[in-house]
Amino acid sequence: MNPDDVILLSHGAGGKLTARLIDSVFLPRYGNEILRRLGDGAVLPPLAGDPVMTTDAHVVSPRFFPGGDIGSLAVHGTVNDLLMCGAEPRWLSLAFVLEEGFPLGDLARICDSIGQAAAGAGVMVVTGDTKVVERGRGDGIYIAAAGIGERVRGLELGPRRARTGDAVLLSGPVGQHGVAVLGARRELAFTTPVTSDSRALVHEARALFAFGGALRTMHDPTRGGLATCLNEIARAGGVRIAIDEDAVPRDARVEQACELLGMDSLYMANEGKLVAVAAPESAAAMCAALRAAGAAEAACIGAVVEGSPLVAAASRTGGERILDVLTGDPLPRIC
Amino acid sequence: MPRARWRIRVEGIVQGVGFRPAVWRYATALDLAGSVRNEGAAVLIDVEGETPALARLRALLEHSPPPRARIASIACEEAPPRGGDGFAIEPSADALVQRRVPPDMATCPDCLAEIRDPSARRSGYPFTNCTNCGPRYTIIADLPYDRVRTSMAAFAMCEDCRREYEDPSDRRFHAQPIACPRCGPALRFTGAGGEARGGEALARAVETLLAGRILAVKGLGGYHLACAAEDREAVARLRRRKGREAKPFAVMAPDLESAERLAELDPVARALLTGPERPIVLLPRKDGCGLPEDLAPGLRRIGLFLPYTPLHDLLCAGAGRPLVMTSGNLTDDPIARTEEDAARRLGGIADAFLEHDRPILRRCEDSVVAAGGGRSVMVRRARGYAPAPIAVRRAGRATILAVGGDLKNTFCLLAGPHAFVSPHLGELRHLAAFEQFRRDIADVEHLLGARPDAVACDLHPDYLAAAYAHERGLPVVRVQHHHAHIAACLAEHGEEGPAIGVAFDGLGMGPGGELWGGEFLVASLDGFRRAAHLAPLLLPGGEKAEREPWRVAIACLAAAAPEALDAWIEAEAGGRDAAGIKELLARDVNCVPVSSAGRLFDAVAAIAGVCLESSYEGEAAMRLEDLVRDDAPGPDYELPLDCASRPFRLRWEPLVAGVWEDRRRGVPAECIAARFHRGLAAAVCAVCARLRDDAGPPAVALSGGVFHNSVLTAMCVRLLEARGFRVLAHRDFPPGDGGISLGQALIADRKLAQ
Repeated sequence: MNPDDVILLSHGAGGKLTARLIDSVFLPRYGNEILRRLGDGAVLPPLAGDPVMTTDAHVVSPRFFPGGDIGSLAVHGTVNDLLMCGAEPRWLSLAFVLEEGFPLGDLARICDSIGQAAAGAGVMVVTGDTKVVERGRGDGIYIAAAGIGERVRGLELGPRRARTGDAVLLSGPVGQHGVAVLGARRELAFTTPVTSDSRALVHEARALFAFGGALRTMHDPTRGGLATCLNEIARAGGVRIAIDEDAVPRDARVEQACELLGMDSLYMANEGKLVAVAAPESAAAMCAALRAAGAAEAACIGAVVEGSPLVAAASRTGGERILDVLTGDPLPRIC
Repeated sequence: MPRARWRIRVEGIVQGVGFRPAVWRYATALDLAGSVRNEGAAVLIDVEGETPALARLRALLEHSPPPRARIASIACEEAPPRGGDGFAIEPSADALVQRRVPPDMATCPDCLAEIRDPSARRSGYPFTNCTNCGPRYTIIADLPYDRVRTSMAAFAMCEDCRREYEDPSDRRFHAQPIACPRCGPALRFTGAGGEARGGEALARAVETLLAGRILAVKGLGGYHLACAAEDREAVARLRRRKGREAKPFAVMAPDLESAERLAELDPVARALLTGPERPIVLLPRKDGCGLPEDLAPGLRRIGLFLPYTPLHDLLCAGAGRPLVMTSGNLTDDPIARTEEDAARRLGGIADAFLEHDRPILRRCEDSVVAAGGGRSVMVRRARGYAPAPIAVRRAGRATILAVGGDLKNTFCLLAGPHAFVSPHLGELRHLAAFEQFRRDIADVEHLLGARPDAVACDLHPDYLAAAYAHERGLPVVRVQHHHAHIAACLAEHGEEGPAIGVAFDGLGMGPGGELWGGEFLVASLDGFRRAAHLAPLLLPGGEKAEREPWRVAIACLAAAAPEALDAWIEAEAGGRDAAGIKELLARDVNCVPVSSAGRLFDAVAAIAGVCLESSYEGEAAMRLEDLVRDDAPGPDYELPLDCASRPFRLRWEPLVAGVWEDRRRGVPAECIAARFHRGLAAAVCAVCARLRDDAGPPAVALSGGVFHNSVLTAMCVRLLEARGFRVLAHRDFPPGDGGISLGQALIADRKLAQ
């Protein structure tokens, strides 16, 4: 491929150029026997468990950032959504909306990422679509991803299952993705650069699936960070969550960047972490299992307590404050 | 001699203040027959006798009411005489009329004399009170106000107390919290040497203080932390344990005489220090008064108050010296109210606890008033003032709940012609404060028998108060922050506007989502027009810049004197990530534009080297204010008004450049502070004059947290009045966010009546 090659409008026309794009860019990087059939849709084998489906649109800017890109983010994000539902992820669809003039070299890099991410997560991209919009109408590339997974037998997850006394677990330090993207977007030279934590949570999730009913619910704290995620659980579950801020795992580089930026890492996006609500008697074991699965800093950060639905955070120096949801986004276009 | 029968209805603060016994005494002395009773919020007198005697009674009520009563109205109507003799006090009648919760009152001179009199029954008794003083709001569970519905219900009166309680000629007639050493609450001391009770508890407590240790004291509205104020080490230890770097500690002086030695007092200050509300009064410290600088680092003022319960009086008198009496909390969360809470939160700070068994039912902070130059301004309205209502002129009839702001929260219930503003509740972000906020609203609605028809709140979508407002399921009126400030100022003076509202504070949301804070609004209760404002400055790091004035300094210098920026950084901002801030500005990352007078103060304080980090809200501005010397020479800094477009913009760049120029040349900080204050006041006056020329109103209302600054307020008032303006400044309600609930309520009233 010529490094000067760019996406043309006809790449989206469904004709010769589209076929060439599929053959030369997509298939070599993430092809498989289902995708290679190139049907209008993918006929899939039956699932043993309940099918679970999810979808996400990806508009992250910039498209390449330390620790990932829009491609790996799309795969990881979709896979993680399925895992949070208690499902083993199986198949993905990827629809690209490309802007006329988008460098083919970038597209190839992104597809490499997709291939690696999919293989790492054990999923197949089984169908897709490509559209091209005129120059100035599309900001490079947007990806719409959908995923299908298979619910693990006996797992019944959801915020309504949370009960007073349950423990709240977090698999690792907060805010890495948000700060990494912001740094890359604004070309900020942080004293120590921060890398996104974008990854598939397959090992962590499977470690927790093994606990069956003791696992009440799982969520990944993406947009709006841990604080927003906990609020969603509290609201949907009608429960109060109390966390110990001093117990939340932190990344010193993230904290340093947030200190300068005037942002709170509790509200910055994560793309490789999960929050789990667990039966109190299993909490310690679940933390250990997370650590054994690679989440070295997994910790119990709080509990479900009596009281009206809200999230309270206590710290040694600051007393107990309410951690509310923000109306706006401290950072748009994070994922 | 003609006889008649009158039915007299007295309204105002007439309950819990010894009104009925006073009526009984007067009526009996005048040989009148009939009865007096409480009904709802009023006192009803049904009295019969010779007409001149009736007139005399009415005159006595009006001109010689009991010391703590405040009469709002006396209405008389004639009724057919029915004969009978004897005058009786009848028991309270439940009524559907509006009710009142009386504020707590500081110990009266008579009770004080009693506790100091070795021969009195109540000598040395810390829970002495009477119809003219003592706990009210903080012990009331429900209305009507009767012992059985207060936290004194658990204490059965002994015979002697019962006798006093039932004797209309006694100062303790129907004094609901009546108590004595035999039947009333008792002290308990817990400390290193074990427990102690009663008189010994007090002695051990005094010992603790004299030994330089820290004592937690259960007071009237919550717990205090105390230590000897002149003991440098004790004060430093208290700072360390509370994690309170620099925020001033309030000092309780044993009596007025000792207060005279500690601070500069004028008649206004003396009246505040000795009145029934007994707030903490901010006063200029006297040089050589013996109080360590550490009590109020970097400030010339101290917060001083006199004992407000017999317990405090005995403690102070026992110690024989001024005591630090600071809020019993950790980092500004609500003060501890119960034993469990105090043990949990203060256990790591206090060496010993002095407590008692009369439950505090309602948490209530001490009030704070700033006094100076013959004026006073409410800074924090709480104990002694709240929840006494103010009468307001209504446009409509709806009952309105205004939820206030998120910082320094108060809420206001507007029911009929009265506005009841809650005591200061603090930052709603603190879980305990938010829960108290919710509980107190429900309580007040119940106590007053008033269910809101609508709720008013701020425009800011992230305010917890606003979230609560929307959850009530009632129509919501959203009110702009600075409009509410101005409306509160107007309401205090019984006015509706229009006036030129100068609203200066740290930050409040504008109608389009922009951040305002240096506003000139031509405003009335009906609406407002943004006529002029401070040109925006940038806050690098948003909220973080509110506690780090050096960030604002960099942003302002980058705009006003970019060639000087590096020199300033090198001279003043060593050891901080100035390069990082410069990068944020260059890349425009989280640099939030705000038109904020409060942040302008911060910028000046930082550029002048006075304060680069604020360890508590407003520290930089307060330090700057306390440096001002009236006689410092000019020239003052200028803020030109840009009238090229509307609204007009007040430019601060020349001022910032001027401050740095002076700093660079070694001009003393006192001088810089003076030039800044005078320059800003002159600018305020110039803008108001320009707006008046532009068909604006001839009245000016000053509001917003920046006007807690008495120096600036006095300068503005003087200049504006000299220019022929009528100036409305706050006195009874805070210019800061503690006042906005009142403004919100009145604005909503207008809106709903349209």
